[in-house]
Amino acid sequence: MLKRVQHKFMKNKIRIASGQGFWGDLIDAPYHQVTKGDIDYLVMDYLAEVTMSILQKQKNRNPNLGYATDLIDLMKRILPITSKKGIKVITNGGGVNPVACAEAIIQVAMKLDIGKLDVAVVLGDDIKDCLDEIIQKGCDLNNMETGEPITLVKDKLLSANVYFGAAPIVEALKRGADIVITGRTTDTGLTLAPMIYEFGWDMKNYDLMAAGTVAGHILECGAQSTGGNYLGDWESIENFAEIGFPIAEAYPNGEVIITKHENTGGIVTFGTIAEQLVYEIGDPTEYITPDCVADFTSIKLEEVGKDRVRVYNVKGKPETEFYKVSCSYSSGYSATGTLTYSWPQALTKARKADRILRKRLENLGLKFDEIRSEFVGYNATHENLAPELDEDKINEIVLRFSVRAKDRHSVNRFGQEIAPLILTGPPSVTGFAGGRPKPKDVVAYWPALIPKKLVEPKVKILELK
Amino acid sequence: MSRIQLRKIAHGRSGDKGDAANIGIIANDDQGYELIAKHLTAEKVKKHFEGICHGKVERYELPNIRALNFLLHNTLGGGGTVSLKHDAQGKTLAAALLRLEIDLP
Repeated sequence: MLKRVQHKFMKNKIRIASGQGFWGDLIDAPYHQVTKGDIDYLVMDYLAEVTMSILQKQKNRNPNLGYATDLIDLMKRILPITSKKGIKVITNGGGVNPVACAEAIIQVAMKLDIGKLDVAVVLGDDIKDCLDEIIQKGCDLNNMETGEPITLVKDKLLSANVYFGAAPIVEALKRGADIVITGRTTDTGLTLAPMIYEFGWDMKNYDLMAAGTVAGHILECGAQSTGGNYLGDWESIENFAEIGFPIAEAYPNGEVIITKHENTGGIVTFGTIAEQLVYEIGDPTEYITPDCVADFTSIKLEEVGKDRVRVYNVKGKPETEFYKVSCSYSSGYSATGTLTYSWPQALTKARKADRILRKRLENLGLKFDEIRSEFVGYNATHENLAPELDEDKINEIVLRFSVRAKDRHSVNRFGQEIAPLILTGPPSVTGFAGGRPKPKDVVAYWPALIPKKLVEPKVKILELK
Repeated sequence: MSRIQLRKIAHGRSGDKGDAANIGIIANDDQGYELIAKHLTAEKVKKHFEGICHGKVERYELPNIRALNFLLHNTLGGGGTVSLKHDAQGKTLAAALLRLEIDLP
């Protein structure tokens, strides 16, 4: 497999900084990470599941697109800094077109006269065009949750990508990459890879793999580990406006200190790290990645200074024989419209409008897979857990009305029925701006497993000399 | 017997895993963890989310960080972009669970 390379100077500590928690996160966060203090690596997660299908559509329209275009604007700002300071950048912003992304970065580097730059791309995760071959080889790509065969949705597929782990990124670093652009890669792999590379970790040492994976999980949602979205004593957090994104200070023995740059907002405490550890997990003893199975019940946390939490004692088990595959397919259309009703009797009015709208849709004979109405200001988040309110104390209620259907026509027709309620329904209503709600594509997911032996990641280096 | 709202002794975070929601609840101290470990059962959580969670509730313990993790299946209206819910990713469900009152011994 991978060649072992002996480093001349093995580092005894590296600092890995998270720059983005999702595509759409704070634009300036990566810039602050490379300028407000010392770091060795900048890692950025751009890919949510829905992002892959959007990028695939962009690539279908233009073969030079299909990656996180924000990344190019960012590289214009930070390349002169990362290049000078020797900071390596690892990101999955390559989306469904990592080569085009890397080429765009090379173009930026040339314009900026950066000099020597090696940009690596990780390929092979996109299996959309070889599904038949994979199915022929005996992998049915059955839905992990329902057990149904993929043939049910095969002709509606928008994207199909394998989640690779740290291994191809490690190979890219060993081959001298300054920047690593991947497609679908686990968020945790982005952070684990530089630890494996810098400390010469054996990838069969599963406690170490788990330690780096846990650090990756803490970093993958950006400021969610430094005080953002913190449900503990959130009011005590200072300077949200300049919140610092997390930094994992990693040591060769697998210990990691989570911190952030000095003079930034937010906090790093037992509480903020614990909240991120439980975020989007299932069985905590089996956190499965392509690199290992980490046991989150083994993790120990210790506050060792202001905004410094030590993460240690992490245990891991061998990785499974499978990669996870995430497929997306189109599944009809949906639209949402809103109307705002004011005091007095705001909720009563909104409820009446809801009944009128439902009756009109019924009279039109439109067929929907689902109709849903929510009353923002009353029950849109906690549904039937919300206690009934004294209506005289309600200043306003937003009726949020949504439909979903297989056919575009029904959803479009619904969109024409919202505004008329202003003149043909309950009084003191406003907030209808921005035109009729348009049908949007509904993208559904198809999670599956594929034996690791059926796909192989490939690493390609693009050089600027 | 007195009761205490979960909000007074714990915090947490929630998110989506397909159509399932995950809710992690973290006790503020060891005494709080003893309370939630004993009294915050999968059955109580399932009953609390009646009409919202339409599947089973799985419960996991993380005593190392004073936390419990709950997986609420069939909860997010289909998940992803299929869901018509305002909170399609279950981001506010941790706060919703903190409404629960538990009996004090």
